[in-house]
Order: sequence, then structure tokens, then C-alpha cells
Amino acid sequence: MIEVNNLGKSYDGNPVLERLNVNVKEGEFVTLVGASGCGKSTFLKMLLGTESPTSGELLLDGKPIADEPGPDRGIVFQQYSVFPHMTVLDNVMSAVGFAQRGLTGYLFGTKRKQARKDAEAMLNEVGLGHALQKYPHELSGGMKQRLAIAQALLGKPRILLLDEPFGALDPGIRADMHELVLRLWKEHKLTIFMVTHDIKEGFYLGTRLWVFDKVRQDPHAPQAFGATITYDLPVNSKARQPAAKTTAETIAPLLAEKAG
Amino acid sequence: MKRLINLSPAPATRMFIALLPFVLLLLVYIVASDARLEANPNDKLLPSFSQMGAAIDRMALEPSKRSGDYVFWVDTASSLKRLGMGVAIAASVGLAIGLLTGALPVINASMSPLLTVISLIPPLAILPVLFIIFGLGELSKVMLIVLGITPFIARDLQRRTQEIPSEQLVKAQTLGANTSQIMVRVLLPQLMPKLIDAVRLSMGAGWLFLIAAEAIASTDGLGYRIFLVRRYMSMDVILPYVAWITLLAFLFDWLLATLSRRLFPWNVQGGNS
Ligand SMILES: Nc1ncnc2c1ncn2[C@@H]1O[C@H](COP(=O)(O)OP(=O)(O)OP(=O)(O)O)[C@@H](O)[C@H]1O
Ligand SMILES: [Mg+2]
Repeated sequence: MIEVNNLGKSYDGNPVLERLNVNVKEGEFVTLVGASGCGKSTFLKMLLGTESPTSGELLLDGKPIADEPGPDRGIVFQQYSVFPHMTVLDNVMSAVGFAQRGLTGYLFGTKRKQARKDAEAMLNEVGLGHALQKYPHELSGGMKQRLAIAQALLGKPRILLLDEPFGALDPGIRADMHELVLRLWKEHKLTIFMVTHDIKEGFYLGTRLWVFDKVRQDPHAPQAFGATITYDLPVNSKARQPAAKTTAETIAPLLAEKAG
Repeated sequence: MKRLINLSPAPATRMFIALLPFVLLLLVYIVASDARLEANPNDKLLPSFSQMGAAIDRMALEPSKRSGDYVFWVDTASSLKRLGMGVAIAASVGLAIGLLTGALPVINASMSPLLTVISLIPPLAILPVLFIIFGLGELSKVMLIVLGITPFIARDLQRRTQEIPSEQLVKAQTLGANTSQIMVRVLLPQLMPKLIDAVRLSMGAGWLFLIAAEAIASTDGLGYRIFLVRRYMSMDVILPYVAWITLLAFLFDWLLATLSRRLFPWNVQGGNS
């Protein structure tokens, strides 16, 4: 579904990413790890369409990916992902309103009733059925992210992009969120790209894990070269956890060294 | 002993120390006024409270001998009408310009320099131009208020629009929203409380332009009256009028603040999510 051919991205002549070559099939769950500042978010932004490649190609179904965000690619950011002036229910219903044509995206009559039903079902699915009339500032961090996911999913994307969606959550809540994401990924047959700093999380969730790193280093000019995908590891979903642990242990020192 | 910056007064103390300066000022006034009136009963500079009460009685509760109007209330109504119209127009135009320039880079590129230049023109300097174009009637006074505060509101809202996290705009687009849907459902609602803030901040300037316009060309209005009775040194009228204007200004500010809190419960400090 997604083809990356010799993709490169630089800001002001400083390469951030270079020579990316990779293919992703429909339904894969790719997790992206790597040192801070190595370009994971940049890669996600190119998929999203808010940044465009400086060189190479990024193809979706054989065509260059649109250079602005669209409804085929949903996103959940680490924060600021939901609309603060809408209640939980309105936030999710807005997805239906935005999906139709029109000047305002307001829904009326039976369409509104149907959207409300769908939104409530989706919110029940992510465990927010009890907080329909709350505003985002009244929600905890985990609840906000659940809301952001519900909202993104009601937009019916094919691809879901997650940029450290659980980075600000504490471990117990993260575990719940992992189950939620895995369930939704299967139910809605999504292709997911998720950036994470937690390599265990990467192994646990993904069917495939990418490690971003610089292959070429110039000690005198650290900016001279960009990062690329240095490891592209298939993760066996059946033996997910045990396999994850052993590989995680071998990879972790590598990353720690780079990050440090 | 705590550091001074960590020391905050208890509610009762706070009330007391808040009222204290007012009471002191009032006392100083009464003492000074008494002293001057004792020396010269016809002194006009610091009228006693009974003199001011009598003046207001005359203007607010008795019909004027010349026109049969209750002058005080006619003045109030005319001034509030001008101010209300001016501020309402300025708020609408300012909101539209702020939203469009803040949301659409193309419009921003063509409008921003013009807006900056217009905001630098001292409105009072072009008051004569307004009189020439719009005549001496209501329109030129309203226009002065509009010209005086629209640039501020527009530029403030432009900045507020740009401050809305771009994540929200991206999110809306990934849900399929088009430009007008984003402006109507994501940006506009979030600007409304900011508009009220901007209007509150520009009310002071609004009053300034209102009174200036009334002082120069008018036949009624609070500003007109103050400048009219100045000729007779009628401090007994001027001071209550000033107090009344202050009270009105305070009430509007309070009303707008309350309205904002009631209408936009989601608009809390740090409520960007
Ligand atoms: N708009 C921009 N202009 C210039 N440089 C940028 C811009 N956005 C990102 N960069 C640079 O690109 C590099 C990669 O940034 P990116 O946000 O993709 O890193 P990341 O891998 O997501 O890091 P983190 O794990 O900390 O989120 C950084 O060195 C950053 O300084
Ligand atoms: Mg990042």
C-alpha cells in the first residue's frame, strides 16, 4: 500500500532523513523508535502531508501522497488533538459533520441523530461512555487520548498515525491504552504507524518495528548526514511478548548509546 | 515571617484593604470641600455632596424647563446608543478581519500591512475628516469609535487565531473538514471569548472617542454635557457625571466578564487540549 523510494528530507540544507527505502502492506502495525531528534515525527508528518519530501518518493497506492492532510489518514498527537470548545460527544460527532460537504459542518435532523448514535457507540468502545457531556479540560490525560482516538476513528481513516500518543501517560493507564489500540486496529482493519520512545511498547504493539538512526557519522559535522531506518524487524504477533523481550534487550543498549 | 511575594491577605482583610483607599479618598474630599465652602460659600471647585445631589435631582428627576426632557437620562441614552453601535460594529468587523487574516495566509499577506498602517493613524486626528464626510450627525461619532477600536480588536483576534494550536487544524483536516468548516467550527467558537476580552480592553478607548466626539460636535450626550457645563464651572454636575460614566464602564466590564464565563465554560486558563 505504501511505498517509500529513496526518500529524503532536509531542513535548510541539513538532512534529517535520507535514503529511506521501505514498503508497507495494508493492515500492518509499524512502530517507530529512535533517538530524539532523528526524524521520526518528520517521517510521520510526510505521511500526514504537512511536510513534503525533499527527495525521493512517498507513494500511497502508487500515487504520491497528498501534500495536505486528508480523511484517509487519521492522526493522534501527544497533545492538542481534540477541540477544547466541544464536549466529548461533540468532538466525536464533529468527525461526521466534517466528513460531509457544506460550509459549516453542522448536522441536522436524522443525520444528526445517526451521528450521535455512532459517536456514542464509538465512545462506549473506548470507555468514555460516562463522560459524554464533559469538556476536554475536565478529562484526565488518558481520557483525552481515548477521546482523540475515538474522534480519529469516526473519521474512518485507512491509515492511523500516532505520534507518541501515550508519552504523557503513566504506566498503568498505558497498558489499558495498548489493549484499546490493539483491539481497534483489528476491528477497524487499520494500518498504523506509531512513534514511541518506549521500545518495549514498540515491540509489544507492532507487527513491525523500525529503528531510525544515522548510518554515516561525521564527528566534525554532526548535521552533515541524516538518519535512516537501520533495523526493520518483523515482530511475531503470536509470540509477541517473549520475542519482544529478548530482542528488546539486544536493541535497547544500542539506542541508549545513541540517545546518550 | 513569609516572603512578601508569598503573603496573600485573607478574604476579609482583602475586602477591607480594597475598600480602604476609596474611603480615604472620600474622607479627604469631604474635609477639603468643607474647608473651602466654609471660607467661601459660593466656591465651585469642590461642591459638597448635598450640592451634587441637588444638581442630579434637577437633571435626572425633573423635566428640563427648556425642552421638557429629563436631561440626565437623555444624555445617557444618546451616549450609550453611540457607544453601543460603535463597539458592536467594531467587534463584528474586527472579528471578521481577525479571523480571515489569522486563518488564511493569502488574505493575511494582502491585509496585514494595511491594517498596521491604519492602526497607527491617530483616530482623533481624522475626526475633522469624518465630520466632513459623514456630517455632524450620529454617524461621524459612531465612525470615530469604530475607527478607533477596530484595528486593535482585529489585530488582537488575528494573533489569537494564529495562537490556536496547528494540531487542531491538522486534526480537522484529517477528519475531512474544508476551509470554511474549519473556520466556522474550530476557529470561530474559540475566538468568541477572546473577542469579549478584546472588547473589554477596548471599552476604555471607546469611551474616550465617544466623549471627544460629543465634546466637539453634539447636542446631547454625557460628554457633551460635561463640556457644556464646564463654561459655568459646574463641578456639581461634572463630578456626578464622571462618577456615572465610571459606574457604567464598570458595569459593562462586569457584564462582559460574566457573559464570557457563562457562555464559554470551556474557556479556562491552560484549557488548550
Ligand atoms: N520545521 C522545522 N524546521 C527546521 N528543522 C526542523 C523542523 N522540524 C524538525 N526539524 C529538525 O528535524 C530533526 C528531526 O525532528 P523530529 O521532530 O522529526 O524528531 P523526532 O525523531 O520526532 O524526535 P523526538 O523523539 O524528540 O520527537 C530535528 O533535528 C529538528 O530540529
Ligand atoms: Mg517527535
